[in-house]
Amino acid sequence: MRVSLFITCLADTLFPDVGRATVAVLERLGCTVDFPEAQTCCGQMHMNTGYPAIAGDLVRGFAQTFADAEAVVMPSGSCAAMLRHHAHNVAPGAAVPPLYELSEFLVDVLGVTDVGARFPHTVTYHPTCHSSRLLGVGDRPYRLLQHVEGLNLVELPAAEQCCGFGGTFAIKNADTSGAMGVDKIRSARSTGADYLCASDASCLMHMKGVIDKEDRGHRSPARSLRTVHLAEILASR
Amino acid sequence: MSSRQLSRTDHVGLHPKPGEAFLGMPPFPQAAHVALGDDQLRRNLGHATSTIRTKRLRAVGEVPDWEELRLAGASIKDHTLANLDRYLIEFEAAATAAGATVHWAADAEEACAIGVAIARSHNTSEVVKVKSMATQEIELNEALAAAGIDAWETDLAELIVQLGGDTPSHFLVPAIHRNRNEIADIFRDRMAEVGRPAPDDLTAEPRRLAEAARLHLREKFLRAKVAFSGANFAVAETGTLVVVESEGNGRMCLTLPEVLVSVVGIEKIVPSFADLEVFLQLLPRSSTAERMNPYTTMWTGVTPGDGPQEVHVILLDNGRTRALADRVGRQALRCIRCSACLNVCPVYERVGGHAYGSVYPGPIGAILNPLLHGVSDPHDAALPFASSLCGACYEACPVAIDIPTVLIEQRAEAVREKAGHPGPPDPERLGMQAAGWAFGKAQRLNRLQRLAARFRGVASRIRWLPGLLGGWTRYRAMPEIPQESFRRWWSERGSGRSGLDTVDASADLLDQRRSSSERSQRPPQRRSSTEQGQPPPQRRSSSERSERVETSEETEQ
Amino acid sequence: MNARERVLSAVRSATHGAGDPDIVRQYRTELDPTELGEHSDIVDLFVERVDDYRAEVHVIASSELALRLGQILGEHKVRSLVVPADIDARWLSTTHARLVRDAPDVTAAQLDEVDAVVTGCAVAVAVTGTIVLDGGPIQGRRIISLVPDLHVCVVPVSAIVGSVPEAVGRLDGTRPLTWISGPSATSDIELDRVEGVHGPRTLVVLVVR
Repeated sequence: MRVSLFITCLADTLFPDVGRATVAVLERLGCTVDFPEAQTCCGQMHMNTGYPAIAGDLVRGFAQTFADAEAVVMPSGSCAAMLRHHAHNVAPGAAVPPLYELSEFLVDVLGVTDVGARFPHTVTYHPTCHSSRLLGVGDRPYRLLQHVEGLNLVELPAAEQCCGFGGTFAIKNADTSGAMGVDKIRSARSTGADYLCASDASCLMHMKGVIDKEDRGHRSPARSLRTVHLAEILASR
Repeated sequence: MSSRQLSRTDHVGLHPKPGEAFLGMPPFPQAAHVALGDDQLRRNLGHATSTIRTKRLRAVGEVPDWEELRLAGASIKDHTLANLDRYLIEFEAAATAAGATVHWAADAEEACAIGVAIARSHNTSEVVKVKSMATQEIELNEALAAAGIDAWETDLAELIVQLGGDTPSHFLVPAIHRNRNEIADIFRDRMAEVGRPAPDDLTAEPRRLAEAARLHLREKFLRAKVAFSGANFAVAETGTLVVVESEGNGRMCLTLPEVLVSVVGIEKIVPSFADLEVFLQLLPRSSTAERMNPYTTMWTGVTPGDGPQEVHVILLDNGRTRALADRVGRQALRCIRCSACLNVCPVYERVGGHAYGSVYPGPIGAILNPLLHGVSDPHDAALPFASSLCGACYEACPVAIDIPTVLIEQRAEAVREKAGHPGPPDPERLGMQAAGWAFGKAQRLNRLQRLAARFRGVASRIRWLPGLLGGWTRYRAMPEIPQESFRRWWSERGSGRSGLDTVDASADLLDQRRSSSERSQRPPQRRSSTEQGQPPPQRRSSSERSERVETSEETEQ
Repeated sequence: MNARERVLSAVRSATHGAGDPDIVRQYRTELDPTELGEHSDIVDLFVERVDDYRAEVHVIASSELALRLGQILGEHKVRSLVVPADIDARWLSTTHARLVRDAPDVTAAQLDEVDAVVTGCAVAVAVTGTIVLDGGPIQGRRIISLVPDLHVCVVPVSAIVGSVPEAVGRLDGTRPLTWISGPSATSDIELDRVEGVHGPRTLVVLVVR
């Protein structure tokens, strides 16, 4: 089937591998992926920072860019939540096409939980807030991970606690954001996992930032916790 | 009350002061910074909130129709709020017919004036109080004190807070910031000044502390002529007030004195007595995480021969009509003050209630305060931003208040308010406008990405950012800027290619996810090219090596 | 404009155009059978739930009431007992405590010297282990079940309903109501639940079949 990729401004700019991996997975499963190049951003950051007019423009831009899409897929729970649940608040009447976060699309639309991936490492998964609470993706990411060959999935303690990113919250209330991040990483490290996985590059950026800053303080970082996006694991063979 | 005892919060620089606007606290980010440094507070809070979170899930999990109850609770409140004038009038009529005197107060000052006048009219030098956030909101104790009348808090935690000279930090367990040893010290040092002293052999065991409170307060209950309370619910149909409590101090204050004055926010109205069947299920399980709280008292006006024979109700606005007028924010007035949102909030858990600088802390406080007051005060304006928008509060709220949506709306209010003020250009506003501009057209974004890529070497060495952005680097390493953006990679992919060549994930990812400390010891690695046969992109410096990637044998069609 | 007019006027302009949202009642008004669990009936459930609050609960036959009441008061070393004015005298036939009959001139200070109180109840809720007093038959004024340290409450099985909505439906909202679920307690000290603050620290429930 034809799938239009919404890469998200963050992944486009800072985490292109997430995009490459998303394309890889979708193509492996038989989709034809197109990438409307006029796309930019869903407007979430502006809306959440208190600039709804700019957010509205961005939502309208999204709607226009994807007007002909059959299905828009994005490797981000927060962008999907923005477009599905909040778009009408900032851009009333904007016609938003059918859109899906990646795990939703794989499980619900393509009907697969085994994408033929191989990733022989120990992984712990953080269910990001917008994905779990707003979209209600539930156990979809877990089911996908469980079918990855060689992957040892370990439970993350206090998984339901926010990692502390929260968009511009990370800057405007940096101390609290940092404290939450430190606690999340402590929790992740306690599992002994090699990889900390999530479906949102934004949260991963924050968590990786905390890890790297902590590791930097150590001469030889034996603590080898790495971050990885769900799409990247699913693309692995 | 004589001089204030030094509280632990003094040592960390937080000075919550009763009777001062925003309790004398700095706006949230600064207050949070201080609170986060208080390890003991964080441990107390972490333990307390995680304990009650687990209990709440169990209590709620037992109820097969919890979601239906939430919907009923929310819709009863919404219906009432939309018809509030009618229901207020109905309440007034029913309560008056039952022998109560109903007063109206547009603001805190008016409410205090009425309360003080009633107390004065009975020539009393003291009153007893049931815990009531509305009375804290209007600063009733301070008004009574100014009139020479002692107001004894009888709720154990409020007693602790009052004797300790600070302010509540949680609305269900207001003294959660105090551990048992501090409480024992407060009792030993202060009880004698205001009544029966603490027992000589007082220990810090909670059972002994509760016993000390019982003895200390008993004489006050038995002699008080006038009591003040709030109400959890006010039933329009019958004129009934409801107080939900645990300790029995409510029953004492509501039953023993001759005169009872209840300060009730206008949003506490519910249409009919039957509606209590919903809220009596929602509230106890959400607040103390019990099937039912120990005591709930319901009274309607005066019952001859039983309880207070002079009953007053002060209906309080004090900003509620401002919140009511806000189409999106109005739902905040559904709040039944259970505190479930506080207990699930990762921000509250780490900073505690004082940092919010209000009698209403936590997620609900972050929306109620700006709704009640507007956002011209920097404290109110900061509160909607004291959240990562994780949504745990919305999930826990028994009346389904969509706190994240209201937070977002109030953020826009705060930004609009700030923009309305003349002054130097606001860096955040400029940044947001610049980002909006950049996202306005894909070509602009594309160009900026290419520009950024040129500085990736420099950027990778940034350890510190100035101003507001410094918040990032205080706690996190900077993200790396990739060689090329996704859209650039896509555009160079070409139409003839059969799709993305899959890569040996392990090698690729391990290589690319090397921590920045390793990176700083080695020359930067180039990101792998996945196009077989494509010449490697131009090298940035001679120290860069291109990385050949193993491609798997199968290439996807 | 006085305060009343100002407040009502502010309410009206705030709710102008607010519409009239419907109330959605899809919740259960009676107990779901699943909530009974292994309990044979709502009486059994009630007993378990009361016990869960660390109240003392006994199930007895009505013919045993006077005897058991006397035994319980004896066990708790009750020397003085306040009773509602309309209490059935036969209940007290084996009690040796000094009796104080509830009357308007019995003061709080006097009640503070009394060891215990016996009352009936208006209705009891099985799922939450709650007893509700409404000042009706064999209950007396609210003060008598508040001040003494021991409250013995007689609950006939006919007073027990399954759910909170059923209980609310049976009550007259204009009467002075006291909902009691276990003895008094507080979680204010480090969230450590401690029984017994101001209300009766001991609650004994006699369920009478």
